[in-house]
Amino acid sequence: MEKENKNCKCEKRDLFLEKLFQEYLPVKDNLIQMLNEVQEHYGYVPMHVQKELSEFLNVPMAEIYGVVTFYSRFSLEPQGKYKISVCLGTACFVKGSQKIMDRLTDRLKIKEGETTKDGLFTIEQTRCVGACGLAPVFTVNGEVYGRASVQKLDQVLDELIEKEKQAK
Amino acid sequence: MEEKMITLTIDGETVRAKEGTTILEAAKQAGIDIPTLCFLKDINEMGDCRMCIVEVEGRRGFATSCIQTVEEGMVVHTHTPNVLEARRTVLDLIISNHAKDCLTCTRSGNCELQTLATKFNVLHVEYPGEMTKHKIDDKSPALVRDFNKCILCRRCVATCKNVQGIGAIDCINRGFESCISTVGDHSLNDVNCTFCGQCIEACPTGALHEKETIKEAWAKLKDPDTFVIAQTAPSIRVALGEEFGMDIGTNVEGKMVTALKRMGFNKVFDTNTGADFTIMEEATEFVERFKENSELPMFTSCCPGWVRYIEENYPELLPHLSSCKSPHQMFGAILKSYYAEKEGIDPSKIYVISIMPCVAKKFEAIRPEMQNDGFYDVDNVITTRELSRMIKQANIEFTKLEDGEFDNPMGEATGAAAIFGTTGGVMEAALRTAGDILTGESLEKIEFEAVRGGKGIKKATVNIAGKEIKVVAASGLKNAREILEEVKSGKADYQFVEIMACPGGCIMGGGQPIKSAKTRSEIDVRKLRANALYTIDEKSTIRKSHENPILQKIYKDYLGKPGGELAHKLLHTHYEEREKYNFET
Amino acid sequence: MKTLEELHKISEEKRKELDLRVNTKADTREKHILVCQGTGCTSSKSPEILENFRKILKEKNIENVRVIKTGCFGLCAKGPIVIIRPEDTFYANVTPEDCEEIIDTHIVKGEFVERLLCKDIDGKVVNSLDELNFYKKQKRIALKNCGVINPEDIDEYLAFDGYKALEKVITTMKPEEVIDVVSKSGLRGRGGAGFPTGKKWELTKANEADQKYVVCNADEGDPGAFMDRSILEGDPHAVLEAMEIAGYTIGANKGFIYVRAEYPIAVKRLKIAIKQAREYGILGKNIFGTGFDFDIEIRLGAGAFVCGEETALLESIEGKRGQPRVKPPYPATSGLWGKPTLINNVETYANIAQIILKGSDWYSSIGTEKSKGTKVFALGGNVNNIGLVEVPMGTTLREIVYDIGGGIPNGRDFKAAQTGGPSGGCIPRQHLDTPIDYESLKEIGSMMGSGGLIVMDDTKCMVSLAKFYLEFTVSESCGKCTPCRIGTKRMLEILEKLCNGEGEESDIYRLETLAKNIQKASICGLGQSAPNPVISTLNYFREEFKEHAIDKACRTQECKALAKIGIDEEKCKGCGLCQKHCPVDAIKGEGREKRRIDPNLCIKCGTCIATCPFHAIS
Repeated sequence: MEKENKNCKCEKRDLFLEKLFQEYLPVKDNLIQMLNEVQEHYGYVPMHVQKELSEFLNVPMAEIYGVVTFYSRFSLEPQGKYKISVCLGTACFVKGSQKIMDRLTDRLKIKEGETTKDGLFTIEQTRCVGACGLAPVFTVNGEVYGRASVQKLDQVLDELIEKEKQAK
Repeated sequence: MEEKMITLTIDGETVRAKEGTTILEAAKQAGIDIPTLCFLKDINEMGDCRMCIVEVEGRRGFATSCIQTVEEGMVVHTHTPNVLEARRTVLDLIISNHAKDCLTCTRSGNCELQTLATKFNVLHVEYPGEMTKHKIDDKSPALVRDFNKCILCRRCVATCKNVQGIGAIDCINRGFESCISTVGDHSLNDVNCTFCGQCIEACPTGALHEKETIKEAWAKLKDPDTFVIAQTAPSIRVALGEEFGMDIGTNVEGKMVTALKRMGFNKVFDTNTGADFTIMEEATEFVERFKENSELPMFTSCCPGWVRYIEENYPELLPHLSSCKSPHQMFGAILKSYYAEKEGIDPSKIYVISIMPCVAKKFEAIRPEMQNDGFYDVDNVITTRELSRMIKQANIEFTKLEDGEFDNPMGEATGAAAIFGTTGGVMEAALRTAGDILTGESLEKIEFEAVRGGKGIKKATVNIAGKEIKVVAASGLKNAREILEEVKSGKADYQFVEIMACPGGCIMGGGQPIKSAKTRSEIDVRKLRANALYTIDEKSTIRKSHENPILQKIYKDYLGKPGGELAHKLLHTHYEEREKYNFET
Repeated sequence: MKTLEELHKISEEKRKELDLRVNTKADTREKHILVCQGTGCTSSKSPEILENFRKILKEKNIENVRVIKTGCFGLCAKGPIVIIRPEDTFYANVTPEDCEEIIDTHIVKGEFVERLLCKDIDGKVVNSLDELNFYKKQKRIALKNCGVINPEDIDEYLAFDGYKALEKVITTMKPEEVIDVVSKSGLRGRGGAGFPTGKKWELTKANEADQKYVVCNADEGDPGAFMDRSILEGDPHAVLEAMEIAGYTIGANKGFIYVRAEYPIAVKRLKIAIKQAREYGILGKNIFGTGFDFDIEIRLGAGAFVCGEETALLESIEGKRGQPRVKPPYPATSGLWGKPTLINNVETYANIAQIILKGSDWYSSIGTEKSKGTKVFALGGNVNNIGLVEVPMGTTLREIVYDIGGGIPNGRDFKAAQTGGPSGGCIPRQHLDTPIDYESLKEIGSMMGSGGLIVMDDTKCMVSLAKFYLEFTVSESCGKCTPCRIGTKRMLEILEKLCNGEGEESDIYRLETLAKNIQKASICGLGQSAPNPVISTLNYFREEFKEHAIDKACRTQECKALAKIGIDEEKCKGCGLCQKHCPVDAIKGEGREKRRIDPNLCIKCGTCIATCPFHAIS
């Protein structure tokens, strides 16, 4: 999977990094800003990019790795096609979002922060997406599903799985 | 400007301290001890572990005595029941996530956590729970990382990153999952680690230690068919005694030799003799380069951590590196060629064990370049600490030993070689010989004070034969980087540079006896060990390498000229660019 | 670049044009359809509603009606919200499909769309915003412009006295005078700790340095709190203006806004606001021709709650792991890159301009003796009117929960409310009448915090709640200091034991010891306050802890492991459906017999409860 990506997006990648390195001054202060862009672009922070950042910013790789693993927004692995985030903010929790999370991990048989083997789904927990009026909520690739329930989650999951089957 | 004095009260005592003094330091001056764990003076002053907390009247929460400074009229209590309870809780928590296998830990008896646990009489684990699990990294030939014993004091990180400027390890992950690791949790072997081993010296527990190879040593000592030779580096004799409770800076050369002989070594030689060879070769090389003004400045090459560093970080400057092998490698090569031939011993039966203050030497010895005719120059490198363990295992009462003498004919060495162990020593020794070569006479001025002392970078100008030679002695890799950057940018106006990876030189090497943070904050260990070396030099009758009669004989009988063909084959090596991060991305 | 005169002109003209926004009797033929574009409403398709309105108006060729995007109106539970001005009609839970009807009926015919009118808790239909109980006890200062102006149009901000305070400060006031006004207003930090804002400014000003910084802490991380986000989304210029005032006062010319990357709308609007302010010459070099320079950069957070702690935030701006520094020294002495730095949070800044314009006396007349002004709360949990509320300090919890929040849904009872999120504590029933201010909350073991206010009904288990907050702290602890890194984890493990029925009474004692020492020995606010939820729940609901520890019982049945599932014999019809679905064959009985659950086999999965058609199992 990883290798495949590398081959097909190779040129694009370089262009992106080139632009990134032009846009920012090579000072350590910019690390997190740059990582945010990398995460946005690739969906994760690939090791080879960490290496290039290390050279560009003159910061040891271990330190960059330390920053990447500190902030939950950055991931080291490619994310699934569908990123399902369940809000476990207090407002949603009080309204039962843990049950939705339990159902999700149960159905996809992966834990929070993991991606299914077929690369389709990644489960994440978020803290408050700001839709407390709709609590509990979960999001699929940023689209918010409010006043959620286990049934609603099942329905959404079924639809996505069906859609992928059709596509195949 | 006069420094402002602050008056405060600590445990009821009126204390006066300079403005900017930490509470910890002020208490120490008043004879009051506050326990610390993550604190490592001048290196790691972060206040993370929370052992040094004290109460300051009028302040919410505890004060962090290792970093917070004294204030006028401050009233400090260092051991109220509240403080003690909090410290105890902190200690209980650290213990709850620490592998408690003290009996099988290399640092047992010299562990700062163990000392605290003893102090608090910890008899059970108050807060048992999940423990962070880490795989042990023992892939590198030099260092072992067992972070199940890590207490996250980050002294190693600060040392690696701030003192050495390397940053091979750092804190990764967050919260309870936080740990000290390399990028991607790769082995130290495959990242930008130089194997200097300073992290080991900084570690309060057994999370970092040398890769021990004394089992192999015992096996060879046991084998009657193997001719086992020990060679001991200049720095061992001024530190080994510490492992047996002797004062820092005690010269135990004689006892060390006796102990090695008792342990069954066939011969016990002095690496100092090797150091004299290094000076002969290096000084000759330098004089040539100096005359031809080529590839200057020339860097010394006797420190394997430094060599690995330049190979990884500044490959474009490798031509500046002297092609000389380090003293113990040169000596090993001589032992397996000249000595073997002379004594009629089959070199394949010779097993050379170098006793070094260094863990990078373990890596150096197995570099493929370090062999001749299929034999490695050195077969095993053990550190000062490992030697002390062997002596203890042999149940030798070290302090009671009579003084012995190195075996002849390879046991004679000069004062110049002795000072190899301290920063500036190689430079001084080289200048003594280079001066004589350049002038063609025997110079009387042999002490070069400007390159002595503990400063990280020492620059000096010496006048030899009417020529000005600008020299630099730098120790600590962060300082090395500064010099390399000067060379790279063309700002360097000096011709000869000595670099040692460990701050202070080999006497402070990563294989030396580990001193607690407390000792390090109270005693200038470097100075004491260095002084011992300078005393050896002073007392030596021969203080210039080229005047060593053994050397003169070997060059005459066997090697030919310094820098000659055979000398090159045996005593010189080459370097190559090395990937800093040696794993697939 | 605009001159002051030009800015005044824009402000005046725009004010006239927008009179209908704040004046129901405005003399105009125009109508403005305000569509909330806060995150809450955006999540339920308000952007589509906005587009639909525009499209339909165009299709139908209707003139004099403008569709305006605004920030949050506050009553998120009724979202998406549409308000029509000047008549101030409030339409709730609008869908994109409703747009046409609203235009045809309301705009064209001049009649209400009855079915979409907002109903109050008592069922009464309200025609306008002000009639809602939700708004009656509120006083909007920080949220003044939220829901009134288009946050993406600087002219609209200018229309309502925007940047007038900045003008006043840099053209007529000395820094000392600004500090005096802010100090006398009694404004205290709205980020949680309540440090006097004027004092902070004074301290930062007093430290001489070649470079100083002004930082806005917009890393709102309290789960279930969205005050700061709403302000940034609804009124970003208010923050920029206050930061500039602060810069002028303390002698800084550079500002940073550290905002969560999870707030894309807020970030977008801030970027627009900064761009517009720069274009107008309000931000940048030589502001208003006075020679005062000030510029602002946005720095995105990357998902770490601890970065809300001011020194961790600074570390993060510097590109490092967000690990707090030991204080003192405080940022006022040594902040960003070691320079004196002023850090305030969004809501604090949002009060500044009005304090400057209306005076410290006006501000300090609101609130209680030691806590002045208003506080914005994100009201959530088991309460009817979930949303954003701004109330004068001293308002009681009862007023917020019952009068503004409309009480507890489903006829349940109030059990407790949590303020201050994972750093705060719970407030039980007996303290419902406590006036909400910094001191009172502290006294009853909670804290103001940044403004999250979560209401819990009597179905909530307090041990579980404590566990929930500890889970949060454990996953958000930076890992720097021992007590927080390991201590919170151990506390969580003990709470897990209790909830799993594996606890013992001594665990409660160990929890307390840990809590006390973590509070005192941790480096930063996160660690020091992490045990608060446990301490306060232990304080008020100790019985529940004891039940968990000794009786292995959870009175709310929320703790699955302690729940006792039983079949009500009277209700059971013996259909056997539960038995069929039980994954572990724990249900016994044959034919039409009433079924029994074997407690030794039951794993309390709850499948039987869900499948029973007669609700006989609980």
